[in-house]
Amino acid sequence: MNLHVLTAMELRSRLDSGSVKPQDILEDLRGRYESVEKKVMAFARPPSFECREARAAGALKGIPVVIKDNICSRGDLTECCSKILKGFVAPYDATVVEKLKESGASIMGKANMDEFAFGSSCETSCFHPTKNPWNLDCVPGGSSGGSCACVAADEAIAALGSDTGGSIRQPASLCGVVGMKPTYGRVSRYGLVAFASSLDQIGPITKDVRDNAVVLGVIAGHDDHDATSARISVPDYLAETEKDIRGLRVAIPREYFVEGIDPDVRQAMMEVKAKLESLGVRFGEVSLPHTGYAVAVYYIIATAEASSNLARFDGVQYGLRQMGRAEDESALIGMYKETRDKGFGAEAKRRLILGTYVLSSGYYDAYYLRASRVRRLIKEDFDKVFKEYDMVLTPTSPTPAFRIGEKTGDPLSMYLSDIYTISVNLAGVPAISVPCGFARSGLPIGMQLIGRPFGEADLYRAAFHYEQSTPWHKQKPKL
Amino acid sequence: MPISRDDVKYIAHLARLGLTEQEVSHFQGQLERILGYVDKLKTLDVSRVEPMTHVLDLKNVYRKDSVVPSIDPPAVLKIAPATQGQFYKVPKVIE
Repeated sequence: MNLHVLTAMELRSRLDSGSVKPQDILEDLRGRYESVEKKVMAFARPPSFECREARAAGALKGIPVVIKDNICSRGDLTECCSKILKGFVAPYDATVVEKLKESGASIMGKANMDEFAFGSSCETSCFHPTKNPWNLDCVPGGSSGGSCACVAADEAIAALGSDTGGSIRQPASLCGVVGMKPTYGRVSRYGLVAFASSLDQIGPITKDVRDNAVVLGVIAGHDDHDATSARISVPDYLAETEKDIRGLRVAIPREYFVEGIDPDVRQAMMEVKAKLESLGVRFGEVSLPHTGYAVAVYYIIATAEASSNLARFDGVQYGLRQMGRAEDESALIGMYKETRDKGFGAEAKRRLILGTYVLSSGYYDAYYLRASRVRRLIKEDFDKVFKEYDMVLTPTSPTPAFRIGEKTGDPLSMYLSDIYTISVNLAGVPAISVPCGFARSGLPIGMQLIGRPFGEADLYRAAFHYEQSTPWHKQKPKL
Repeated sequence: MPISRDDVKYIAHLARLGLTEQEVSHFQGQLERILGYVDKLKTLDVSRVEPMTHVLDLKNVYRKDSVVPSIDPPAVLKIAPATQGQFYKVPKVIE
């Protein structure tokens, strides 16, 4: 049986009819893991193929789910792919993990990621880089590169990632899978190791739109443990996917189709527009005038918040501890510095230095405060567009997957690979990446649909109708 | 904006990062380039725009002050590098 190639909903009907048992799926995934993982290297560490506590009979009963290495699951190593969290076994479940278990899902293991989610290529993991299943010389994108690669390679049925500036959508696009960054506040962040608290969201990564809608329905909702989670009811996203899309108004922002966009990506977007028009969607061109400032705003705000959040990794409460040198100002400060120097990789240090700089006395107004003001302008750009349109269509990434090592020497060019996804986090709105074709190189291309706050159901609806009328989600990489 | 080696060392100290001399040189150039890029924000007049630190219109979020189960303290202490009794153990702070 080739169970690993199926979606969660396809497995659901086989499980319900009794023709397949949860352990059969795990055994099949074990075989798949053993044959392709050495090529893809999608996992942070070997997963478990034992059927783990699948408590209730919910929407995901018997479905194995992989989670990113920055989401706590009780009793499991949760190291954020960083040396500084070496040996950290989470003493509690993140709310999303709790909800997955309550829905009957089995947590299979942890996916590889850029260290602390700092990266767009999965190359900053302290373990190993993950490869793109479509071309093993290319990156899977990041930071949720392992989560997306394991779904694309059929090593997992579904996965969770986290998205601070594109970390679910960009790798979903580069790996040819579906990835949703929900509205800020839609999903509880309790138990997600914090990167930038005003931007982070957890979201599902799946083989198709329906699976994505089901997983989001399971993990969304208010949580007393996260004061920023919204008290807004969770719709039946799966039922919403079926609703008609005729008359839907979709905006195309002219700022997203400028220099730097790959010709194959541009061509794919034209075909998406034509396809959606044939399904009854109406298009209009709009301007999001502050788009060009988003990457600059993001790398100030996200690093500032990260420098504060990562202050907790100091060798006292968990993870690595290294003693300092005799010349240090005190043994305690020496321990902090040595622990953090040995524990953090180069990209983490770079971001902590930048974040500390923009918050430091004398520079706070010029950088952090100014960026916070421009952030409001970026959000207001979206508010204006959503008065007339239901959603915005853009590419997810300006290019298909790039080669491993291509951008590691140039942090700024790596940061610019998130140019289409970053504004979404700054504005707090939801966005989904859906496969929309292939480049001449054979690498997948993804489109991004950006919605109104708490408009995930509209995004699923448009994405589902598009997906059902195209062949892209049925394509599989040859491994 | 030019960044000196001393600037990098000072910021690294604030961030409690003990950098090697090689790392200081490396980050000096990269920080300068990244700050050069973000300087584009200075071309906008934002004097009349309120800063936005958060997208949600949240004020104070209250909850009932009631006793609820929490993580068992020994389970939390068990994952620390060094403990003594119910405390975290750190190098001597006061000589």
